[in-house]
Parts: sequence; structure tokens; C-alpha cells
Amino acid sequence: MQKSLHIDPGKCTGCLQCEMACSYEHTGTINPSKSRIKVFDFEHEGRKVPYTCTQCSDAWCMHSCPVEAIVLDAGTGAKVVKEDTCVGCKVCTIACPFGTVNYMADVGKVQKCDLCGGDPACATACPTGAITYKDAEWN
Amino acid sequence: MSWNRKLLRVNLSAGTCTPEALNMKWADEYLGSRGLGTKYLCEEIDPKVDPLSPENKLIMATGPLTGTMASTGGRYTVITKGPLTGAIACSNSGGFFGAELKFAGWDMIIVEGKSPKPVYLYIENDKAELRDAAHLWGTTCWHTEETIKADLQDPLVRVSSIGRSGENQVLFSCIVNDLHRAAGRSGVGAVMGSKNLKAVAIRGTKGVSGVKDFPAFLAATQAAKQVLKDNAVTGQGLPTYGTQVLMNVINEVGALPTRNHRDVQFEDAGKISAEAMHEKRPTDGKAHLVTNAACFGCTIACGRISQLDKGHFTVENKPQYWGASGGLEYESAWSLGASNGVGDLEALQYANMLCNEDGFDPITFGATVSAVMELYEMGVLTKEQIGIEAPFGSAKALAFLAEITARGEGFGKEVGLGSKRLCAKYGHPDLSMSVKGLEFPAYDSRGIQGIGLNYATSNRGACHVRGYTVASEVLGIPVKTDPLATEGKPGLVKAFQDATSVFDAAGICLFTSFAWTLADIQPQLQAACEGDWSMEKLNLVGERIWNMERQFNLAAGFTSKDDNLPPRLLNEAAKTGPAKGLVSGLKKMLPEYYEARGWTPEGVPTAETLSRLGL
Repeated sequence: MQKSLHIDPGKCTGCLQCEMACSYEHTGTINPSKSRIKVFDFEHEGRKVPYTCTQCSDAWCMHSCPVEAIVLDAGTGAKVVKEDTCVGCKVCTIACPFGTVNYMADVGKVQKCDLCGGDPACATACPTGAITYKDAEWN
Repeated sequence: MSWNRKLLRVNLSAGTCTPEALNMKWADEYLGSRGLGTKYLCEEIDPKVDPLSPENKLIMATGPLTGTMASTGGRYTVITKGPLTGAIACSNSGGFFGAELKFAGWDMIIVEGKSPKPVYLYIENDKAELRDAAHLWGTTCWHTEETIKADLQDPLVRVSSIGRSGENQVLFSCIVNDLHRAAGRSGVGAVMGSKNLKAVAIRGTKGVSGVKDFPAFLAATQAAKQVLKDNAVTGQGLPTYGTQVLMNVINEVGALPTRNHRDVQFEDAGKISAEAMHEKRPTDGKAHLVTNAACFGCTIACGRISQLDKGHFTVENKPQYWGASGGLEYESAWSLGASNGVGDLEALQYANMLCNEDGFDPITFGATVSAVMELYEMGVLTKEQIGIEAPFGSAKALAFLAEITARGEGFGKEVGLGSKRLCAKYGHPDLSMSVKGLEFPAYDSRGIQGIGLNYATSNRGACHVRGYTVASEVLGIPVKTDPLATEGKPGLVKAFQDATSVFDAAGICLFTSFAWTLADIQPQLQAACEGDWSMEKLNLVGERIWNMERQFNLAAGFTSKDDNLPPRLLNEAAKTGPAKGLVSGLKKMLPEYYEARGWTPEGVPTAETLSRLGL
């Protein structure tokens, strides 16, 4: 069974526990600015919307990479950046229609959601069930 | 460790921003935020200083848990000498600003002196500079935050600012962050205004890296979050209804101060309650409440986001107030509503939005309007003086006064003094419902006896979040005590006051204490911070903070005479409800409280007490 992140903005309170968990999982520090999931705040509507990579089946970021630094994790379906291979050319950030591949100036490479190898830290951290990890055919 | 070990000293007179090592000995003794910030203030200013002079300082401080995944770890505290009271002023705020300060690599900002012209402080990680704020001066907090984000082309910058209220030295001005979160009480915004400092804008991308034992910290925070989730108040009551869940409860208890504390029950409490906020309006078919919202890291999410009825008289033709915005919590619904006898929910929210927009404390504002209404009904103040007819129950008068107060227009200047100065000016000082000049929050001292003792002895004046005995006396947390009894209350008040000091100093929200005790915080601090953070030490730190604040106030000129309540609460019995016939039993409780604290009968900490606390 393929699983995917399922996001229900109606349940999001904007607490940013997901951003903290994501940054800690990948960098060992609590640092929302390094998070691969972002909560957007539509202030005047009172809506908070967590947003991250959809792991497109036909992933343009992966196709566009000139050095094949983005690869499919067959176990999870995640498109994963191989940091050792990435040269920081940013073509993938342009190719992505959703803006969820981001260039990190301090390390000169891109980063994106990798589903934490099948146990996404954001979903575990979410206190309200706004972010869940479940059967991709959920409907 | 969880501190960044670094503070920023901003000298506005000289225009300098200088990094400085955090005094780690003091951090070990006072933990952080309220505790550590107050220690710095006590060491650096003369307690007798004029609060609005350049010699006063203003400190913004985070705690060791601020900016971490500890639930509610987003708090910061503003510490200064307060202009409303002349006592230690210490106001705590949530939102996202505190965590951002931590992420930028700082624990604390100390602001001193006075800028020759309006400026704002911009911090981007290690870089800190003062920028011209001429284009922001004379504008609201909302306009300031929006403009700074646009100027910096960075929507993720976090801003704390003052509105026109702080600029005009309204003595109960707030410092507002993230549009509708505020360091709300005791006039800290007026101090910021007196220094010509319009705002602090921060962008921090360094994060928190120094947690002592990350795996243990994650386990401790996870376990503590589960406690919040499983608790009826923090898991269900607060997210669903917000603090407004209390409106009907406290009314039934007979402790909802109404019409300037003339009454203890409000006939229209239901109309301004949490339940009413959920109901669909007949006018437009929409509920007042849009959703709940969280501050940084908070897994409770008590915040209210509300939307006004566009056709309501307060906002007709004012589309700027039609969007979703920070909504009423219990204190503001009470102070603007029951305290004035106003049962119009939309009018209360309009006034509340103006408080957020221009940065003034809805509790003191509402309570001052209550005094104005009583003086009006007595014939002491007239329609000509006030600018409108202002009997109890008038939503129009409430809205009118909210509009003119921050701007300092007309009678708004008088309201901006707070109730103590206003009532004294018009010859009725007894009608100010305040302690040490700070107005009461939403619990009557006759119907809930312990909270009255807490008000009388609270270091920043009448304040519920210094020792929230209502938790025990009404909600039964952690154990139920009789709200009408005075027996046992001195010890209860002391225990709540000392524990609260630790919650505040840690950098987390007091509302966790509906579910957590210090025993739930201890493992989180122990895993986050270097050194020993045993229960014994935390208890000592809490008591030390309380006594340090007390020492500041005594040095500022306060005496045991100021540990008092207005005559109305001591002499005029509650007219209805369970407390009918009762007055506050403060006189009985106070000597016992002093004794429990290890203070002399004059309310001064004994040498032995000071020595035990290392003061």
C-alpha cells in the first residue's frame, strides 16, 4: 500500500509543531526556517494551511535534475534529494509547479520533503490530526 | 543548553546595539523570562525611577523553553517599571515573536535610554540595528506590522509594536505582537513609547540547537503534551470555547463583577459567552467565532478568531474591520461587557479589535469605562464632558470611548489615565476598582475569596495570572477548595504565586497549569537545561522570583497598606448568588499570608527568608 501525507487545513491551528519536528528530524536543531513543510497563514480568513511536497508520480523536479540527484524511494514513493550529488543548480526549484523544493543558501543545495523514510515527523508531531500519513487511495 | 547565552543591549540615547554574554549564574538562579529579566531590571535601575523617564529600562526576555517543541513554548515577557502602578511591571505574551527572538540567537533584549527620534529595532540573526520610524509614528500596531513586512520584503518577519496608545502615553498601553497577541497589562507600551521605540522586528533562522539532551527532551515534551490532550480543560474546553468557557461558570458562582463591581452576576452573561460566540447570528446567518488558533508551539490552541457582523452599527462602512481577527477571550468579554453592563457581543468585539489595533489593555480600559459610567450615573460626569451619554449598558458609549482613547482625543485623554487617576481627579477615589493602580480582572473577591488575597498581594497589582487560585476554588484544579471560605487560602495563594513564577520563567504558557503541575515541567527543564533542575530547586526559584519582585516594590515605596482592596469589596456585601451577604475576608487572610511567606507583620521579607532564598 502506498501511503501519502494527507493535510486537512480545517484542523490546523498554526502551532508549527510540524515545522519544528521536520527541522529537528533533518538538521538536529529546532528551526522552522529549515522546515520542509510550511504552514501558510491566511490571516484575514482565519485559515492556516500546512503545505509540502505532494510527491508527484510524474515528478518534474526529478526529471529536470541534470545530475540525477533526485531519486525515487521505491518504498515510500518519495522523491529524495541525494545531498552528495546535488550541485545546487536550482533547476528543480523552477521545475516544481508547487514551490516545495527550496534552495538552502547556507549549504548550497536544495531540500524537499522525503517523507522521513516512511515515518513523517510532521504527522507524528501534529496535535490535531491536520497532518496524517495514510493510504494514498484514501478518498 | 537551551539558553543562547547572549543578550542584546540597545542604548537608544547613543543609538547602539551591543551583544553581551548572558549572566549564567543568574540564569541558574532565576531560570529565564520573567525571573531572569526581572533580576536584570532590579540590578540595573533605581526602583524609584520615573517609569516614563529615559532612566527606566525595558526588557524583552525569553525562557529556556521558548522556541522549543515543549507545548506552548512561545512565550516572552516584557519587564519594566510600570507607569500605571509604579510597581514592577511584567507582561507576558504568546504569538510567534518570542520564539523568533530565540531563533535569531538571543535570549533577551535590554532597551535603555531614549531615542531622539522615532526608531524601530531590526534584528536579523546576529545583525541588530536601529532604523528610522518616522513613517510609522502616529500609526496603529496593525499598520506598523504590515508596513515593516512590506519595507523589508519579508512576510515572515515577526513584529512587536506599539500603536498610537503607546505613543500618546496612555498608561495602560500594550506591546502588540503578531497582530493580536499582547504583553497586555500594566502599561509596558507607554514605556516603549516614552523611549521613541515604535517596534521590534525580528527574523531568526538559526534555530535552537543547544538542548542538553535532545532524546530525553523529546520524550519529556511528548509525555507532557499527552497530559494536555487527556485533560478536559486543555484537551477540550479551551480549544472549543477558549477562556470564554468561564463566562457562564463564573456568573453562576456569583463572582462575575458587574457594573463596576456593584453586582456580582450579570443578567446578560449568556449573550456574551463562549456559547453565544458559536451561535449563528440572525442578521447574517454566520457565527461570531470563525475558528480557534494556536500561538507558537501550543497544542491547546485556546485563541479565538472572530468575524464581526458587517451590518453592526460599530463597523458599518468600515470594511477594515470586516475580516477575521483576534477574538474575545474571557477577560476582555468581561471587562468590556459585564463590567459595563453591555450585553452586545458585536460591540465588545469591535472594542476588542480597537484594543489590538492600537495597543491598549482591554481589562484596564473596560474597567476604567465602568468607573466613568458609574460617575456618569451619579451625575459627577456629564454628557458634555464625556462627549456622549454614558449610562451602564451603553454599547455606543463603549465604542465611542474605545475610538478616542488611543488617539488621546477629548475625554479619551482622561480614560487613558486609568481608573485610579480618573476617579481621584473627579473626587471619588474609592470607585476605582484596582489594587496598586491596576484594575481587577474578571473575578469578584467576594465570591472567590482566595483570588481577592492574590489581587491584594500580587506584585503587579490586581492580576489573576500571578496566582490563579480560581483553578482550585472553582474548577477543582489541582484540588477543590471552597470559594467562599478564607481558611487555607493564604497557603493556597502562596503556592499558586510561587508555581506561576516558574511557569512564566520557563517560557511556557500558564494555561498549561490547568493540566500540568511543576512535576510535568521539571523533566522538560531537566532535559533542556544544564545543571540540576529538581522539584526542590524549582520551588525555590519560584519563591525567589516572587520575593525579588516584592523587594523591588518595597524599594519603590510600596508598603503593606498597598496590599489592600477597594472599600466596596471590603464593606459592600454581594447582593445575589452563592456569595450573597459576603464581603472579602482579606483582613483575616493577610496576616496569615505574610507569616506563610516568612515576612514581618508589615509585609517585609525577614532576613532569614532572604537568606534562605539567596537574596
